[in-house]
Amino acid sequence: MSDTSVNTEENGAAEKKVDAIDKFAELPDAPPKKGLKLSWTGKIAVAIVATWIVVAFIGPFIAPYHEAEFVADDGFLPSMACPEITEEIFDLEDMTPDAITQYCSESESIMYLGADYLGRDTLSRVIWGARTTIGISFVATLFAYFVGITLGIGAAVSGGWIDMVLSRINESILSLPSIMLGLIAVAALGSAIPILVGTAALIYATSVFRIARALGQDIMVQDFVEAAHARGEGLWWIITREVLPNAAMPLLTDFGLRLVFVILFISSLSFLGLGVQPPMADWGSMVRENMQGLGYGSYASIWPAIAIGTLTISINLIVDDISAKSGGSLAKKMV
Amino acid sequence: MALLEVDNLQIQARKDDGTPIPIVKGVSFEVKKGEVVALIGESGSGKTTISLASLAYCKPGLEFSGGEVRLHGEDLLTMEPIAQRNIRGQRVAYLAQSAAATFNPAITIGEQVTESAVLHGILSQEEATKRAEELYVALELPDPDRLGGRYPHQVSGGQLQRLMAAMALVGKPDLLVLDEPTTALDVTTQIEVLKAFKKVIKEQGSAAIYVTHDLSVVAQIADHIVVLYAGEIQEQGTADQIINHATHDYTRRLMAAVRPSPVAGMGDDEEHGHGRDDAALSARNITAGYGGIVDGEPAVTILRDVNVDVERGDVIGVIGESGCGKSTLARVMAGLLPAARGEIVLDGKTLEPALKNRDRDELRKVQFVFQMADTALNPRQIIGDILGRPIEFYLGLKGEEKRRKVAELLHMVELPPAFASRYPMELSGGQKQRINLARALAGNPEVLLCDEVTSALDSIVGANVIELLKGLRKETGVSFVFISHDLSTVGSFADKIVVLYAGRVVEQGPTDQVLSPPFHPYTRLLITSVPEMRIGWLEDTMQTREAAAGIARSVEITATGCPFFNRCPIAIDGTCEKEVPPVRMHGSGHQIACHHTLDEVEDSEAAPQKILRGFEHTPDDDDDKIPGVFAH
Repeated sequence: MSDTSVNTEENGAAEKKVDAIDKFAELPDAPPKKGLKLSWTGKIAVAIVATWIVVAFIGPFIAPYHEAEFVADDGFLPSMACPEITEEIFDLEDMTPDAITQYCSESESIMYLGADYLGRDTLSRVIWGARTTIGISFVATLFAYFVGITLGIGAAVSGGWIDMVLSRINESILSLPSIMLGLIAVAALGSAIPILVGTAALIYATSVFRIARALGQDIMVQDFVEAAHARGEGLWWIITREVLPNAAMPLLTDFGLRLVFVILFISSLSFLGLGVQPPMADWGSMVRENMQGLGYGSYASIWPAIAIGTLTISINLIVDDISAKSGGSLAKKMV
Repeated sequence: MALLEVDNLQIQARKDDGTPIPIVKGVSFEVKKGEVVALIGESGSGKTTISLASLAYCKPGLEFSGGEVRLHGEDLLTMEPIAQRNIRGQRVAYLAQSAAATFNPAITIGEQVTESAVLHGILSQEEATKRAEELYVALELPDPDRLGGRYPHQVSGGQLQRLMAAMALVGKPDLLVLDEPTTALDVTTQIEVLKAFKKVIKEQGSAAIYVTHDLSVVAQIADHIVVLYAGEIQEQGTADQIINHATHDYTRRLMAAVRPSPVAGMGDDEEHGHGRDDAALSARNITAGYGGIVDGEPAVTILRDVNVDVERGDVIGVIGESGCGKSTLARVMAGLLPAARGEIVLDGKTLEPALKNRDRDELRKVQFVFQMADTALNPRQIIGDILGRPIEFYLGLKGEEKRRKVAELLHMVELPPAFASRYPMELSGGQKQRINLARALAGNPEVLLCDEVTSALDSIVGANVIELLKGLRKETGVSFVFISHDLSTVGSFADKIVVLYAGRVVEQGPTDQVLSPPFHPYTRLLITSVPEMRIGWLEDTMQTREAAAGIARSVEITATGCPFFNRCPIAIDGTCEKEVPPVRMHGSGHQIACHHTLDEVEDSEAAPQKILRGFEHTPDDDDDKIPGVFAH
């Protein structure tokens, strides 16, 4: 082991004292650092999330149609159908999937996931929707983090009345139901995308604030922070060099979780019709638009729901692996 | 047949790629009924791992890879998990190191003590409660009838430690596993706990495995000793064989690390002066505490009228039990806690009480070394940055100069320069403490305030750190304020000793004088409580007056009179609790605060002199009787 030389040197002082002992080196009690190891579920999750991110970036280039293009004349066409199949010619309800596949095998424009209620291609809309849903949520979460961490760590470090005022304001926002707050904001200010992002950011900044403040308070009472105080360091140094690096890991873990909440929040708003507006594709609004299709046996609202499910569950699985590595300390903070 | 037979036990961990790393390498020993077997060794020697194997348990990441652990001839390791669970808590009970961490603060003591016996169905709740009360009596706990209804924060640390023994013994286990149960305690509390453990183990007739790194504790309680190093047995034998006739190198090394008894004349006699007579740092009439300050009186006053002078190049040892205000004094000196009254003088200049009003050069000259290196070093900074920052901050060095100074500091604390690129996590406990010291030395300070810097380390590592401090002092001429509850460490290192009790200085003076009569009664209690590495020491000590009067009670901070009143064997009723004792001078610079004149104090000490055995070496003293002492 490479430590042997070190330990021999460490014992230099003792050697002078007792001659017979030098062969007993001081035993290292600190285990070497371990890298992040993903479980098999974590590996699958990383693959799924990576796929969605790629889709979000290159979606418009790989999607067969534009998100707003009316491909078929009829709505709720089943999977593997083609625009040529219309109500006028066929009784869709009696057609077996095999018959559809066979009929459309000649067609050049097969809709792999069928059509939505307006006859738009569901696959294309899911692909386009990845960009909207993930994009908005990511930007909103970033903003929530920026605001939440700045104020949360600020409150923890300054303490006193600043902490008191910020915390009480935060609690009053936190006490309002988030969907209700979102509805009011959107109803009052309109549903432009920047407003959606801003609303989601504000709502989720409150929980980030609480976590950042709790983490900050824990770190502020550590001896190494007191040592920095005793050295005469200023607040800026203490925040950026002593507190933030130690809060980073749990905050990063929480970032994944928070992103999931924001995705679900934006989707719920869209589901209620107040989020992303048509004809833009967004997974949440797609679920709502196509709900009545469930009655006709259409899967048009299931596919975007699966998209939301796979993305959020995968992010959660990754977060689980990360927090398992950092000793679940975040879990303790959140309880 | 022995009660527990550990036969060629092997335990291993695995690297990431699956290659096994042996942790315990074929250990065999046995525990007979009614016998206490001590496992000793420094941290990392596998002693706790082996002791847990007697509960058929190993920590996550470890696995049993061979051998047997037989209880009543039955191998525990190959049992069904359900059978193993029934063994734990029923037939084998485990006592962890920290009682404070073991008890749930929200549940009454009685409920917690009886819980495992009731849960395992050994006793009904009534029987368990009755048995618990018997155990409280056996463990000499106060007020046994009502103790069960109290909460853990309502009893003292030593009592809690004894309650943990009650918890383990309620189910009448065949075997008790005690993991460093007195390591975190003050010497006075340790005696009380050791005595209770020893008595109750005898009375209950159960066997015990006692895990510790401390030979002087082992000498008091063990019948049989197993010396471990790196997962292997180095030597084993009866207590008498190991303590008095050790043959193995490693055992001898452990003995060498046991600090010598605090004897007059043990201090470092060399002259360290810088030829200036003004003190480097003095605390004058300091009153300090916590909470808001009204009329110079804090809500909770800890220190009262404390005067301490730190001469240039001197080592001032500050001793006292926990709760006596030792750390508070250092924090006041560093400015971390502004004093309510009094002043701190550095180089003849009065310092601002609060840190934030002191200028950078004043801050540089007084450095604080925290007790726990684990928490005092930022885990996200590499050593190079941890040491580099004060160099840059105080000395303004950058780039190559800074790197050179970091290497110099590492050399000073006997670590290789390559450590600069490591994180604190990649260092051992002793190495971290060295970095902690190096950081304090980075700005070329004049006074180092060391708060219990060796208390969290095991005896060998701690002894190495003390050696290092002695070297640093010669090299740099820095003055030290060395805080410790361990009188023997202080005695071997300090030029001057300050004895603090309940926030007041009860005695101070040159080391030799403080450690020789006349003693303040409190100093005497501390000295007699330091365990010696001698079989039978515990029984001898318990018969002394000091022990009888002082050990059962704990520190109480009072505003009037002498704070030691309620524990003092020679207290004068009607005077001591009301009037502040006068400070009496004895020779040059030796002060004792007591209502008795020094002659009276000395006369009272002349009475039963048993306690001074081990301090005064007569020529006919048995040569292999090693006067020993231990740390925490």
